[in-house]
Amino acid sequence: METGPVYQSIQKKLTEALRPVNLEILNESHLHAHHQAMKGVVSSETHFSVSVVSEEFQGKTLMERHRLIYNLLNDELAGGVHALTIKAKAPVEIGTNG
Amino acid sequence: MKGTPDAPQCGFSRAVVQILDAQGVDAKQIKAYNVLEDQDLRNGIKEYSSWPTIPQVYLKGVFVGGCDILLQMHQSGELETLLKEKELVPGDL
Repeated sequence: METGPVYQSIQKKLTEALRPVNLEILNESHLHAHHQAMKGVVSSETHFSVSVVSEEFQGKTLMERHRLIYNLLNDELAGGVHALTIKAKAPVEIGTNG
Repeated sequence: MKGTPDAPQCGFSRAVVQILDAQGVDAKQIKAYNVLEDQDLRNGIKEYSSWPTIPQVYLKGVFVGGCDILLQMHQSGELETLLKEKELVPGDL
């Protein structure tokens, strides 16, 4: 799979800061390209979905986990990334539903 | 949100509307603000909550999170509990 500069930057930052057990990053920009709100936008790295399993999330609320990730990716979000779907789990939570 | 509850302009905003509807929140109790029509709101609300994305859900003035968080809370039952606590849906008899 071809990965762009934003994808690689996200991967690097999340890996370094969170030392994840599992990390999946999906570029979902193509799913949103036709939306009204995206008219005139030419980037192909605008919407991402990240799924992270990391000890760092242990004991943190959902909001704390999401804020942590948002802070790490501040530059990307201030740049061309319009949306970030986040699944943030601690290793003990894997295997449970929802 | 992006768009309106009747005409969401983004999949994440639509998901929030659908979740609240599925939880039985009366449409009259939902105040929705379309950031696509108000650039000041769009920027201001992100600063206010220190949260970079839209939609943003506030229950009785308390920031709860975005679409992902709402969905997880909906699936875990946490959202139903919270809505009952805040009297946004009928409580148990």
